[in-house]
Amino acid sequence: MTFEILPFLKSMISVAGLSGYETPIRDVITPVWQDLSDRTWVSSHGSLHAMRYGEGAEPRPKVMIAAHMDAIGLMVTAIENEFLRITQVGGVDPRILPGQMVTVHGSKSGEMVELPGMVVMPPAHLLPKDGKSGPLPQKYLFVDTGLRAKEVDKLVRVGDVISFATDPRELSGDTISGHTLDNRASVAATTVALDELSRRKHLWDVIAVATSQEEVGGIGAKGSSFDIMPDFAIVIDVTFANGPGGGGIGNFELGKTVPITWGACDHPALYDAMKAVADEYEIPVTRDFSPSGSGTDAYDVQIAQAGIPVVELGIPLRYMHTPVEVVSIKDVKRAGRLMAEFISSLPLDFMNTVRWE
Amino acid sequence: MARQVENSKKYSPKLGKKELDLLTRLSNALSVSGDEQEVREIVYEELKPLDLPMHTDAMGNVLVRHEGKGKDRLKVMIATHMDEVGMMLTKEDGDGLFEFVVIGGVDPRQLVGKPVIVGRKHVPGVIGAKAIHLTTKEEREQVLKVNSLRIDVGLGGSKLVEIGDRATFATSLAVLGPSLRGKALDDRLGVFNLIQLLKNAPDNIDLLAAFTVQEELGLRGATIAAYHFNPDIGIAMDSTPANDMPHFDGEANHTHNTKLDGGPAIYLMDGATIGDHRLVKWLTETADAEKIPWQYRQPGRGGTDAGAIHKTRAGVPSVSVSVPQRYLHSPAGMVRIDDELNTLKLMHAALSRLDKSILKPQENK
Repeated sequence: MTFEILPFLKSMISVAGLSGYETPIRDVITPVWQDLSDRTWVSSHGSLHAMRYGEGAEPRPKVMIAAHMDAIGLMVTAIENEFLRITQVGGVDPRILPGQMVTVHGSKSGEMVELPGMVVMPPAHLLPKDGKSGPLPQKYLFVDTGLRAKEVDKLVRVGDVISFATDPRELSGDTISGHTLDNRASVAATTVALDELSRRKHLWDVIAVATSQEEVGGIGAKGSSFDIMPDFAIVIDVTFANGPGGGGIGNFELGKTVPITWGACDHPALYDAMKAVADEYEIPVTRDFSPSGSGTDAYDVQIAQAGIPVVELGIPLRYMHTPVEVVSIKDVKRAGRLMAEFISSLPLDFMNTVRWE
Repeated sequence: MARQVENSKKYSPKLGKKELDLLTRLSNALSVSGDEQEVREIVYEELKPLDLPMHTDAMGNVLVRHEGKGKDRLKVMIATHMDEVGMMLTKEDGDGLFEFVVIGGVDPRQLVGKPVIVGRKHVPGVIGAKAIHLTTKEEREQVLKVNSLRIDVGLGGSKLVEIGDRATFATSLAVLGPSLRGKALDDRLGVFNLIQLLKNAPDNIDLLAAFTVQEELGLRGATIAAYHFNPDIGIAMDSTPANDMPHFDGEANHTHNTKLDGGPAIYLMDGATIGDHRLVKWLTETADAEKIPWQYRQPGRGGTDAGAIHKTRAGVPSVSVSVPQRYLHSPAGMVRIDDELNTLKLMHAALSRLDKSILKPQENK
């Protein structure tokens, strides 16, 4: 099978998979990773692990690539007639919600049913004073599925998850927009790396992990690190690109660079080694400063077991945690290629160089 | 007063594949006030086989005349508006990023984090927002103002769109169980219904169909269309809010305006027009006789093209009939298919019963 990044990324951002409910996205990733690895398994928290054996003599060192696959979203808290009250799973700014297309994951006689719906804002005169013109707190918003109350009562329960349903759309200049590019863009980059590694020599064992429950605190990554016990880990997650409302310390341009994180979560020797490989292969990289530690899986991977050295890569992304996130496909490919070059360059005694002076 | 209508001439509208296709094309079209070309083209294409006298006037209204048979026919103007609320790109602000302004009544809170389409080629774009991670609590307590938002069509996108282009939400019409969810159902349902009425026109009247422009900017197209037609009576077919949601604190909601599943909404009074008593009675009596559910739109503010038509020349008795709809002027509205079809059925049945006796002066009780 030839792996094609764009259709794969599109299929990943066309499915749900909220934190703790990752089955739909894991089902999309699994067959692709099965083709690119020697074996796959699922962790106790639902992370997907795919192992490629290295060519070095046993016992071989191993590197873990962690990219979270879970999505932010919503959950039903109450049902009033046909209207669903909601809360959030992960960090959602309620200001993006009114008018948002969603899928309610209900059930009928034990079978899952997907109900299209939308987040709606009641008119001003049905709201208290603070709802008339200010941002609407989530507690005043509803989801409407277009079904009548009787039907809703049969299909929807409190606790049902609600995912964003924005379709993937290719924008100009090799960019793509959709929900959950945070962090499926990184899962795509990891897949690019696995694909590259399937055609070249690598001495190390490589375990790619699509982690679960990152958006609620690195839960999947923590358990997977313990399970896999890697010598070191590459964590890849999206970072802030420039653009309207952009910013952050990096403020990276789309399509121009692979940010490598520099901060409390990142081992400087790994940073140097990654940078050296990038320079050798003329892959443009930039330092992404995360002085007090990263809001990514790196935060949990680093303190798993007796400690795991971490290097972090980023993919610049606009409008993080909205259903219209934007990334450059070029950035995704580059990050994947950098990981592959880096891993295939690893000598068996590489860890001897990962030291504190 | 009503004419008797033979059963064979009655019309039972359906929403089959052909009808749904047309409605989808209408709803998905980009036809923001001031540039209604896309819907105009669909109207021409649909009506061409009927071979009726049809022209586009000075502002872009499409005016179609279906003449009935017999003498002394009533001239009935029906207006439905082709335009929708939307946006216009006003200034480039970096490659593929554009400042924009809103056209018509769009709550800025509906814009944030939405996919859009830009210009005649429907170039895909998005209206993003600052990442929640980078916002302060104080910022999150403020509404994101339109002038802080940008339409982003991607890198190199400045070659694909230009300032002055119109934009709207990138929403595709969808059937959700008993409902339709789509953008610009205000008033593409009306446009759809008027096309169906022309295709099934009763021949006891002259049907003067006005597919109007710039309703959202103050009923401007209807003003000149009514002058041109000089009708005996005027009807606006539009869509009106169904605010039938729960009150935030559980109080009974007495300000619903209309309710979904309540049937066509007949107007007694809105902010622009007092519905002509004779016409209101004609519609409600027809609905009752045909066993079509109906509701009064709660008297209140707002307005339809009837607001312009009834003031035309020496005055034109006018009324409005609307499909109740939730969430107008947002990325998507929602209507019940039953309400839509019943509106069309009511209009056809009512027109079929109509003759000049309707104009008999009635005492204003």
